Amino acid sequence: MAYRSYILVCGGTACESSKANAIYESLLNEVDGQGLSEEVQVIKTGCFGFCEQGPIVKILPEDSFYVQVTPSDAKELVEEHIVKGREVKRLLYDKEGSKKHAKVEDIKFYQKQFRIVLRNCGFIDPENVDEYIAREGYSALEKVLFEMSGDEVIQELRTAGLRGRGGAGFPTWMKWNFTKQVKDADQKYIVCNADEGDPGAYMDRSTLEGDPHSVLEAMTIAGKTVGANQGYIYIRAEYPLAIHRLEVAMAQARDYGLLGKNILDSGFDFDIEIRLGAGAFVCGEETALLASIEGERGMPVPRPPFPAVKGLWGKPTVINNVETWANIPVIIMKGGDWFSQIGTHDSSGTKVFALTGKIRNSGLVEVPMGTTLREIIYDIGGGIANDKKFKAVQTGGPSGGVITEEFLDTPIDFGSLQKLGSMMGSGGMIVMDEDDCIVDVTKFYLEFSVEESCGKCAPCRIGGRSLMNILDKITKGNGTIEDIEQMKEIGHAMKQASLCALGQTAPNPILSTVKHFEAEYLAHINDKTCPAGKCKSLITYNILPDLCIGCTACARKCPTAAITGERRQVHVIDQAACIKCGACFETCKFGAIEIR
Amino acid sequence: MAAGNNENAFSRELISFIEAWRNKPGNLIMVLHRVQEEFGYVSRESADTVAYMLDIPLAKIYGVLSFYHFFKTTKPGDHNIQVCLGTACYLKGGDMLVEELGNLLGIGVNEVTEDGKFSIEGVRCVGCCGLAPVLTVGKEVFGKVTKDQLPGIIAQFS
Repeated sequence: MAYRSYILVCGGTACESSKANAIYESLLNEVDGQGLSEEVQVIKTGCFGFCEQGPIVKILPEDSFYVQVTPSDAKELVEEHIVKGREVKRLLYDKEGSKKHAKVEDIKFYQKQFRIVLRNCGFIDPENVDEYIAREGYSALEKVLFEMSGDEVIQELRTAGLRGRGGAGFPTWMKWNFTKQVKDADQKYIVCNADEGDPGAYMDRSTLEGDPHSVLEAMTIAGKTVGANQGYIYIRAEYPLAIHRLEVAMAQARDYGLLGKNILDSGFDFDIEIRLGAGAFVCGEETALLASIEGERGMPVPRPPFPAVKGLWGKPTVINNVETWANIPVIIMKGGDWFSQIGTHDSSGTKVFALTGKIRNSGLVEVPMGTTLREIIYDIGGGIANDKKFKAVQTGGPSGGVITEEFLDTPIDFGSLQKLGSMMGSGGMIVMDEDDCIVDVTKFYLEFSVEESCGKCAPCRIGGRSLMNILDKITKGNGTIEDIEQMKEIGHAMKQASLCALGQTAPNPILSTVKHFEAEYLAHINDKTCPAGKCKSLITYNILPDLCIGCTACARKCPTAAITGERRQVHVIDQAACIKCGACFETCKFGAIEIR
Repeated sequence: MAAGNNENAFSRELISFIEAWRNKPGNLIMVLHRVQEEFGYVSRESADTVAYMLDIPLAKIYGVLSFYHFFKTTKPGDHNIQVCLGTACYLKGGDMLVEELGNLLGIGVNEVTEDGKFSIEGVRCVGCCGLAPVLTVGKEVFGKVTKDQLPGIIAQFS
């Protein structure tokens, strides 16, 4: 049955935490109260991606885009928009104040985006399989079951040129083909890597929350192609909503005969189980992930043999990450040729990025490969927040590096990012401004890798710790000029000698920042200053006598009573008592506190 | 509860969960998750019970427990305050929230207040980077948190 209007409420984690659930309930009540339940459908959908402006409500067919909605707005939305047909201008997204950005297509955030992976996020109710089917869902599976041979599927992926979206960019068709070619295995497995451990990245979580069936369908397609009957989804326990939606989706797919025994009467059996991760970054590495599914400590083992030949419980196993899986059904339906036209020669298709940090519009964006960083940061992201100056953008998380202003016009794909000393990684894209200290951020990433090192191989375990000690020294003002050379030396050794990608890439943040921001390191080492004013040992807070009016606000805030001064008199900070917490700096309304 | 007032006794649901998983390969992590869901942590007694029920050496169970950050072996506070220390939150001052919470509650990270009410934990990205800096208390998520809001947030749960 068709409805006259559809109200879509974002049900992603970020919006849910801003009371999207209550908004959904209130809208349902209002629609019901107006006696419109037969005409208007309220749907909780997946992430719209525009997290900065959440919670988001979209009303179709007008395509009105409402932002920062609260539960108390529900009444007005229903009474005005639905009943009277007048848009609620006050809630429409609009940056310039002209109230003209009513429709999604007018919003700059979406204009340069091209959605393949996120095709259904924000359009369908992820907990209703019928809506997925209505948007061509499971047609690709049907095609693979009844019309295509396994070799044809692999050929299609080869034509498409799809490369793994987990970070390394290995051609997907090759992985599948290796597993398919193993003839003497009594069992093969399909695994989905949903252990999104990269801090500052949430592409996979949003995909699973917004469109879980696309991953289930793709895994089943892989099962049929390579001859596997069992799949596992390895997902972080920290993603309860995604886990719930996967469970719902799996139950519905089984009900419809799309999963389980004798799928669509084809005689093919395939089922999927969920296995929870437990907060170990290294488990994103495929051999460590498999060990974890087996219930062991997640420690990597040397490759070869590759999991494609000898994986889970020693059987041939195809492992792809969530985003890679979500591409598969589209490639099957639209063809590898179509897909290969999108993006660049080196990397076809699109990439989803989690655009965060000091950016005006944080959110989830999907762009064709080959889009430049400048387009993503300025056109889609709206530039740097609070009119600060751009400093660098970090891609690839703890395994990646920084990219500076002069390289912002590079079209991004797997190859170009690597050339710049960074990497695609899983898709975290973190923008830094002039207030961020590059040494401090590098230390943050390294701390992460050191803590997450499984400790099995010495280069990663000892090298990481040594690098950490040097960085700590530098941020405390005890660095020497030899430290830079030594960090490079240790870094290169780790890259060559570590067992798995975690150790091989852990020095990347250092190597890349030393290259692009040597001056900032030298300021810490030679001048004992932190230009960004972040490293506590290297800064002092001072009160500028000309600007201080003696309002006493800072003195009252100071936790150690280090600030003294009479009312209406210039105040002074006792440097010996100051713990550099910055409370005075944040409190002063007159800009009278300076960081030196 | 079956075993009198023993606070470590497994509920009937937990026991049947473990029994359902007993013969599945790779069951240990899933079972430990379920135990932690019930008690908030995995105590030595719970680990003993799991070892017995799954016939897995206790040493191996502790090998797994200590490897994965998600598992806790000590009891957290009634309200465990988790501050996100993912990159986006870190850039926007997540570490300062940890420090300030420590000052307000008089405890350090991974410690519990004397009355057992609160504990502080620094966690990896919770995936709401658009709301950075973020902290969570139980199922409630607080976004774009400033230091000034912390006393109010604590008061909500006191």
